[in-house]
Amino acid sequence: MKRWLLWVPLLVFAGVVLLVAMEMHRPADRTVFSRMVGKDLPAFDLKPMLADRPGIEPALYHQGKPRLVNIFASWCVPCAAEAPELAELAKRGVAIDAVAVRDTPEDVGAFLKRWGDPYARIGSDPMGRVQLALGSSGVPETFVIDGKGKIVKQHVGPIREDDIPGILAALEDAR
Amino acid sequence: MIAETGLVLLWLAASLALLQLAMAIIGLRFDRADIISAVRPVAIVQGLLTALAMGALILLFARTDLSVLLVAENSNVAKPMLYKIAGAWGNHEGSMLLWVTILGLSGAGIALFERRLAERTLIATLGAQALISIGFFAFLLLSSNPFARIWPPPADGRGLNPLLQDPGLAFHPPTLYFGYVGLSVAFSFAVGALVMRDVTPAFARAMRPWALGAWLFLTLGITAGSYWAYYELGWGGWWFWDPVENASLMPWLAATALLHSVTVLATRDGLRAWTVMLAVVAFSMSMIGTFLVRSGVLTSVHAFAVDPERGSFLLALLALYIGGALALFALRIGSVRQGALFDPVSREAGLVLNNLLLSVILGVVLIGTLYPLVAQGMGVQLSVGKPFFDKTIGPVALILMVALAFGPLLRWRSDDPRALLRRMRAPVAAALFALGMLVPFARGISVLPLIGLILAAALAVASILPLWGRNLRRTPLFTWGMVIAHLGVAVAVAGMASESAFTRERLVALHIGQGVQVGPYRVGFAGVRPEVGDNWSGIGGVLTVSRGGETVTLIPQQRYFSDPVTTTNESAILTVADGQLYTVLGERNPDGRWQLRLWWKPLVTLIWLGGGMMALGGLLALIGRVGREWRTKRRRRRIEMGYLP
Repeated sequence: MKRWLLWVPLLVFAGVVLLVAMEMHRPADRTVFSRMVGKDLPAFDLKPMLADRPGIEPALYHQGKPRLVNIFASWCVPCAAEAPELAELAKRGVAIDAVAVRDTPEDVGAFLKRWGDPYARIGSDPMGRVQLALGSSGVPETFVIDGKGKIVKQHVGPIREDDIPGILAALEDAR
Repeated sequence: MIAETGLVLLWLAASLALLQLAMAIIGLRFDRADIISAVRPVAIVQGLLTALAMGALILLFARTDLSVLLVAENSNVAKPMLYKIAGAWGNHEGSMLLWVTILGLSGAGIALFERRLAERTLIATLGAQALISIGFFAFLLLSSNPFARIWPPPADGRGLNPLLQDPGLAFHPPTLYFGYVGLSVAFSFAVGALVMRDVTPAFARAMRPWALGAWLFLTLGITAGSYWAYYELGWGGWWFWDPVENASLMPWLAATALLHSVTVLATRDGLRAWTVMLAVVAFSMSMIGTFLVRSGVLTSVHAFAVDPERGSFLLALLALYIGGALALFALRIGSVRQGALFDPVSREAGLVLNNLLLSVILGVVLIGTLYPLVAQGMGVQLSVGKPFFDKTIGPVALILMVALAFGPLLRWRSDDPRALLRRMRAPVAAALFALGMLVPFARGISVLPLIGLILAAALAVASILPLWGRNLRRTPLFTWGMVIAHLGVAVAVAGMASESAFTRERLVALHIGQGVQVGPYRVGFAGVRPEVGDNWSGIGGVLTVSRGGETVTLIPQQRYFSDPVTTTNESAILTVADGQLYTVLGERNPDGRWQLRLWWKPLVTLIWLGGGMMALGGLLALIGRVGREWRTKRRRRRIEMGYLP
């Protein structure tokens, strides 16, 4: 056997260690990258869920101002958990539109009464079709849409307090 | 006081490990018989002290002493006793302490019982072991003290991940640890043999029980872990190619190869360099695997987060030990004489084929596990999963099964290929029979499971053939072990192939009172009811399950844990002779229907039965080998003392 071959295992191992060492000093990034980010928001028309405000129409997202689309449901517990954070965003003047998935007006009304109401518009998505078209796998999820109808950020799961700066920054960038 | 005592014990043990290393080096370097003779006692005391420190930690957890930070963070007054104790090693610091404990105890075991190996090689081995222990002691004492206090103590602890509150899992990590540490002993033997240039059959015989024991625990651990993931995670799968699972599979593959090559070295004095390499690789895989999982470098379902300081420390240790051993290997193995040679058709050649195939699988698993890391380095996020592994490993595993059928029927040194084919007649007949039985179903089955089922039949027959024509009472225990372990492989593969080929799955949403058919079972949804446990509350779906005239009630649950807030799905499984009915209760739809996930999995239990048989085979082989060594030793002593001719 050639002598240099004996050093191959050590070299392979050194490569692995180097790779791991490099990865370890990279700051952790827990963002889930969606294929939808950077794409145009699919056009959808959603009927209003509640009588007191309109539903969602495609033109909303081409008015030059960024908006949030929040996918939620009254039967989803984490959606209640993110209510204070959504309220905080709304207080800062962010326009938030809700896509209520497989829900009823009575349940949504009760949910908003109990947990607070940050929404500018609420569209009803009885079959979860819009949810699928957006590439969203569950509730809650939140999308940042710029003023030209492009998705610039997708947030999976409930928004936590420390997620707010990132979302505000994305909204600022989209302006 | 217990915490402080534990810490003192740990410091004492660490100093003794340092002493053990220094004495081994000085004794061997300057040929001082007096120093060499003191290494064994030091190793024994070091092992005992470490075990006492672990005992102190377990006691703290059993009492839920919340003034200890580790207990406060990982335990809870309300937790059942079994999980309080399991909590002692269900966290980062505790698991590291468990590691050095097992390491220390096995060092003590070698020091007490190992008499076959040349004394100098044994001392070098104990020195290598001390060096490994020192690294972990330093890690515990300098960056993750398990006995650190917290003031003021909290009113209650933070609990443990509820997924982990399961009897199977309480003992899953320690089982794997026994395996990993057993491999570290094999590693130390390899380092000792390299240092002393003493790669001999005696070295192989000294190492074999440790490799065998490690393999046995890894097999048990992986089997138990697979079953736990199967019933606890509620996904109906038994293996997910998750990095954590790969981390335990890689050392197992290396240990399996080692187990077979060490036999060639012990019986025929062949494969010297290869066996040493495998011993190094097997332990390296357990360390790399554990590190990848524990450091959070790879994102996994059950990743533990470790801060970068600790991660760097572990990485440095790993680089030092494995890099050092590999460098030693490259420098020294050239001066180890070549071992005995053998024919291309012989038992040795069969074992080499087994080793090569296992190494290929190991390489593929390693690449698949590390690839996301490489991609991440280039800015791409991806994960490598089932489709990749099934396609690459499936075919190699099937070839390995063919080799496994032939291997034990080969003779050592040289064999006649025609005689071999004659011996294979019964297995081939079994394969043809299985093919005939499967023809009616063949349409719906994909190729791999089909071949898997056929080969399983052939392998089952072939694995029993070594017993053919033998006096079963006089057949040595380790031959029984081999037969049962190989039969276990056939059984497990049959289970895997059957699960993959014949599973019936239904995802439905039912109103109360509705029913649905899954495989041979009619599942009726009778309603939901509240359920309460020790530290959780939940709802259970009442399912009336009937087949033929028999009806059983299954209650899959959704459990809510308050501390920390988590929901888990508790599947309900009906096990019958020909398979399992697996039921999971999902969410309630807004229209009042409940989502149910139902699977009928024929013969799925064979997977774990096979795993258990492999472990049992390993146990029999271990008892058989150790027993035979012990009997020869006793006989030799009697002859020396003049009792026997």
